[in-house]
Amino acid sequence: MSTMPTHTIARAQVRAAQFKQIKSFCRRFARNPSGMFGFFILVALLFCAAFAPWLATHDPYLPNLSGRLSAPGADYWLGADELGRDIYSRVLYGSRLTLLIVGLVIVTSAPIGLLVGVIAGNFGGWVDTIFMRVTDVFLAVPKLLLALAFVAALGPGIVNAAIAITLTAWPPYARMARAEALAVRNSDYVNAVRLAGASEFHIIVQHIIPMCISSVIVRMTLDMAGIILTAAGLGFIGLGAQPPLPEWGAMISTGRKFIFDQWWVATVPGFAIFIVSLGFNLLGDAIRDLLDPHLKARP
Amino acid sequence: MAAIAPASDGIRRLGRVLTGLATIAVTLLGLIALTFFIGRVIPIDPVLAIVGEKATQEAYDKVFYAMGLDKPVWEQFAAYTWQLLCGDFGTSFTTTRPVLTDLLTFFPATLELATLGLLLGIVLGVPAGVVSAYWHDKWPDHLIRVVGLVGYSVPIFWLGLVGLYVFYYRLGWVAGPGQIDVFYVGIVKPITNSILIDSMLRGEWTVFWNAVSHIVLPVSLIGYFSMAYLSRMTRSLMLDQLTKEYVLTARLKGASEIEVVFGHALRNAAIPLVTIIALSYGGLLEGSVLIETVFGWPGIGNYIASSLFRGDINAVLGGTFLVGAIFIVLNQLSDILYTTLDPRTRPARR
Repeated sequence: MSTMPTHTIARAQVRAAQFKQIKSFCRRFARNPSGMFGFFILVALLFCAAFAPWLATHDPYLPNLSGRLSAPGADYWLGADELGRDIYSRVLYGSRLTLLIVGLVIVTSAPIGLLVGVIAGNFGGWVDTIFMRVTDVFLAVPKLLLALAFVAALGPGIVNAAIAITLTAWPPYARMARAEALAVRNSDYVNAVRLAGASEFHIIVQHIIPMCISSVIVRMTLDMAGIILTAAGLGFIGLGAQPPLPEWGAMISTGRKFIFDQWWVATVPGFAIFIVSLGFNLLGDAIRDLLDPHLKARP
Repeated sequence: MAAIAPASDGIRRLGRVLTGLATIAVTLLGLIALTFFIGRVIPIDPVLAIVGEKATQEAYDKVFYAMGLDKPVWEQFAAYTWQLLCGDFGTSFTTTRPVLTDLLTFFPATLELATLGLLLGIVLGVPAGVVSAYWHDKWPDHLIRVVGLVGYSVPIFWLGLVGLYVFYYRLGWVAGPGQIDVFYVGIVKPITNSILIDSMLRGEWTVFWNAVSHIVLPVSLIGYFSMAYLSRMTRSLMLDQLTKEYVLTARLKGASEIEVVFGHALRNAAIPLVTIIALSYGGLLEGSVLIETVFGWPGIGNYIASSLFRGDINAVLGGTFLVGAIFIVLNQLSDILYTTLDPRTRPARR
């Protein structure tokens, strides 16, 4: 009869310990100024994306040919593009597209990579060989080029760009997850669970994947800047978001024709990309310093 | 024992080389499968992708049979692999020349850019990383880290545009887009297809200096980009080394700081660093797609990007395959380099 209460007590203790750990993580994070700066940029980005309609001064899609290419000023805060659309408003709305691509890629590539790596590491043998060979091939091909080729076959568009980036982004997660899975698959606690009759599926989901989560989170934040840059690059080449969507890379691409006489058309969206990817890089570095189990072990 | 040892060493080394070659072969086969998949399987109708919507049934059928689409997939794949191995990448629909010929004409320009950029990156990045690690958490470290951070946060194509605006349009320090001014085109007869080398060999110095003023900006950008990466890598490798005990021992024995840093720590950090540099070279070849687009550079990246728009899938896949193959070979070479440079992986002397 007394097993139930001790069980719940243990659970409460675990929860308290987890809460304490999260609190200590936040406290250490707050002491890292560059990490806080990155976090601030991320919050600002989310804010812009959420409140774009209220923050914008113009309709981002509405052309106004009398104001085309006008310089930054009172009417157009950051100037207007070749169709007289307000660049400030377009950059604000563009933050939604950036978040959309990053979100799509992260949400798909991390689980795919995690699953492939964990299965390969846990089962070993020929499963491992085949999965890792495939991973190696994807790793061996240059990322941007592979994404280009995929988009060329799939056709341009924002979702296809996200799919193409996903297809190039999952292999590092697989490598990482496999290494973690190899490390724990024969550890005592996993063997104990296995002896107790747990299925391989249960072991993978309940005991191996949780061990990979912190490395995956670190990798994810570090990857985000790269995803933003790749997506912008695809947009710049003309294979990402299509007009009239205010995607930042595509905006630079149209502004390219006016770079010498109307520098603001190309410069402003590029600056937005730079700030956001800087923010993600700072955030990623800070989180890695705090979370990476391999760094923690070092003095 | 001593008599047997060299022979078994030789066999072991041969075995290692063979394993390396097998890895290259398998990965290359995977790459071929990948490009095959992209070219034949993803498009709903690969024939339409080539002949276009308005083709006659006759033209459609001709391409259909020429591509061997009536055969089973594995047979198509075998034929495709064989073609690629024979160096037949198909014909480019826009230039109507074999893709391989096109690639070989455009490749030297890319190679020029990537090589000079990488050299610049090494010359700046490795010392920066050493300085950064030596004065860990002091102001030189912070400065170099900020410069590096900006380097890999900035979209390189945008930086290229800003560079063109500032240094070409505003200041007039460098020449504009392109590899060379229009009225110098065709003066130098190609030997290696690299304008810098050719004009030097032919003694056409005005052409040479013109080409230099064109290449300065893109090379600086690629150099900055690779410097950001290499300084970060060098820093973390050097930090690892400088905290090791042998460094302390060397200092205790009275070695000068220069000796400690360059003679001991950098020598040990150099082994992984060489592999990192070799790998980043492949990355630069690829990264040149964006830079070449910005600068209108007649290289492989520009070729691939412009082929993309004309729906020239053969050219795109050929380019992807070539760069991918170079990437794979570099990858493997860096592995071999690692084992030859690292004395611990050599067989012990007897």
